[in-house]
Amino acid sequence: MEAKENLLVVDKLTTQFFTYGGVVEALDEVSFEIERGEIFGLVGESGCGKSVTATSILGLVAKPGKIISGKILLEGDDLVTKSQSQMNHIRGSRIAMVFQDPTSSLNPLFRIGYQVAEPYIYHQHRSRRQALKDATKILVKTGLPDANEKSRNYPHELSGGMRQRAMIAMSLTCEPDLLIADEPTTNLDVTIERQILDLVKDLQREFGTSVLWITHDMAIVAQLCDRVGVMYAGNIVEKTDVRTLFRDPKHPYTVRLLRAIPSVVSNGEPLEEIPGSVPRLIRPPSGCRFHPRCDRAMEICSTVKPLEQEIGRGHVVACHLYGGEGEAA
Amino acid sequence: MTTALFECRNLTKFFPIKHLFREVGRVHAVEEVNLLIPEGGTVGLVGESGCGKTTLARTILFLIEPTSGQVFFRGEDMGTYSKRTLRRFRRETAIVFQDPYSSLDPRMLIADVVGEPLAIHKMAFGEDRDDLVLSLLERVGLKTEHLYRYPHEFSGGQRQRLAIARALAADPNFILLDEATSALDVSVQAKILNMLNDLKAELKLTYLFISHDLSVVRHLSDTIGVMYLGRMVEYGTREQVFDHAEHPYTRGLLAAAPSVNPDDRDRPRDVALEGEVPSAANPPSGCRFHPRCPNRKPECENVRPELVDIGNGHLVACTPS
Repeated sequence: MEAKENLLVVDKLTTQFFTYGGVVEALDEVSFEIERGEIFGLVGESGCGKSVTATSILGLVAKPGKIISGKILLEGDDLVTKSQSQMNHIRGSRIAMVFQDPTSSLNPLFRIGYQVAEPYIYHQHRSRRQALKDATKILVKTGLPDANEKSRNYPHELSGGMRQRAMIAMSLTCEPDLLIADEPTTNLDVTIERQILDLVKDLQREFGTSVLWITHDMAIVAQLCDRVGVMYAGNIVEKTDVRTLFRDPKHPYTVRLLRAIPSVVSNGEPLEEIPGSVPRLIRPPSGCRFHPRCDRAMEICSTVKPLEQEIGRGHVVACHLYGGEGEAA
Repeated sequence: MTTALFECRNLTKFFPIKHLFREVGRVHAVEEVNLLIPEGGTVGLVGESGCGKTTLARTILFLIEPTSGQVFFRGEDMGTYSKRTLRRFRRETAIVFQDPYSSLDPRMLIADVVGEPLAIHKMAFGEDRDDLVLSLLERVGLKTEHLYRYPHEFSGGQRQRLAIARALAADPNFILLDEATSALDVSVQAKILNMLNDLKAELKLTYLFISHDLSVVRHLSDTIGVMYLGRMVEYGTREQVFDHAEHPYTRGLLAAAPSVNPDDRDRPRDVALEGEVPSAANPPSGCRFHPRCPNRKPECENVRPELVDIGNGHLVACTPS
């Protein structure tokens, strides 16, 4: 059933941070794959390892952190083994990133146009004049009003939504194979958020880019993504296509997380809560990391880490409820 | 019938824009807003950033003096309050802010953070105060051993519980929740929302709830006001505003909010809001919303629509078609 080829395969990626307080097991054998031209959503609460996944893929894990094991294959090419200078060529040209906060990720001292043009100059060795011209073209594509004029503005002269458009333009300059978006709409109003989501969908269709969309917002996942991975405490607990996830979630965490969201048709009935709170990742719970909060936990859950089980077409769950012998912790 | 705890009439707040001692313009933060907050109710305020939600709330609490208009608290005009009455009034109101990381003093022990309102209002001293703080901590689901810790030892959800405990300290009747759950994760948010609902029922509180998250506002509020560029454009019960929205802005806002149903993604949206909120320093003429309105008419540029009751207290400010 390999209809489409995989662009990115992340295989048992383990990233840890060696802090004075102990080893933070931020990612624990995370595996997922992104097909060419698909939008893959990575959803989870703060501290579950979404952003570490992104920085690991980009080779930007900051100092006390290290990729311990696992592979990150971009078209079969392992990124973990690449040198910094090789990664410098991949970042920006083949993998691009849009960050959460456009205000702090744009340089306040350079004009928007130049910042968008930089990848052209750096990666494609175009002349400065040509690069600036092309930058304006791509700004027009992202729907920045008066792109010609705005490209000569500095970041502080633009609104949050416009800055995020500029960030997206910047990331698309070299037509990357993979776009990583780390909560790019969190600081925006719903109306602007909607415009950005529509924009990403259009551009993704036009360029055929694959997207890794990181978010904590289930509603964005429902509206944007093709397939989804649900993360909890450094593990992917469930991954499937978006419709199955919302219609028939299997992992107890996914089930409860979906029920905790107030709906737009709510009439104030009490929301369902998940008892307890997200564990710290220095010495995380043994076995299944969710077991202390799980209402369906069994004896095996506290000792044996559940393996990923394919329980339906492309529907993978890591939970003892769905069989599988697991491995001893 | 329920009585009004707060009522504002034609409340207006302009902020001057100064350039070398000269006023060169005015930010129309809140303009001619009439709002009634019934005792024991929860009023939700929604709108995009910069539409004046927070300014309106702070003006109601008299933290900002209004440019014109009046606020009545239990029928008394607050403009006539003396300093002493204002202090007494402060005891009856409290605020929970959005970011629990910056709203708690990192150098104060929890006992002092939560006990400060008691000290300011000279309500309890020494051991009595600690006892009261303990009961407050219990009420918000924290433990006794948390008393002598510092804010940095707590998670975001716990900090928001502390902020709520502090708000409850002086036994207020009214709490302003300014984006109080926006910084929290879904599962934590669910707990805080449930707690707020329980507290309200138990202590007979009145809430003014500000949020940009429409589903959260719907969940918590029974009356909702929609603001756009300093003006109230729609006001009504939860069902009136959410299920029978009349103002094009409210409809656009509701349509823009992503739904958790993936089947909605391909459904064509009848109203899509284009563009961004214009500057409040130089707001559009006539109806503030007309440059972005999908069904604007020529007269919208000149005529400023007033809030009109379209039935059962459902108020809409839009020129009828």
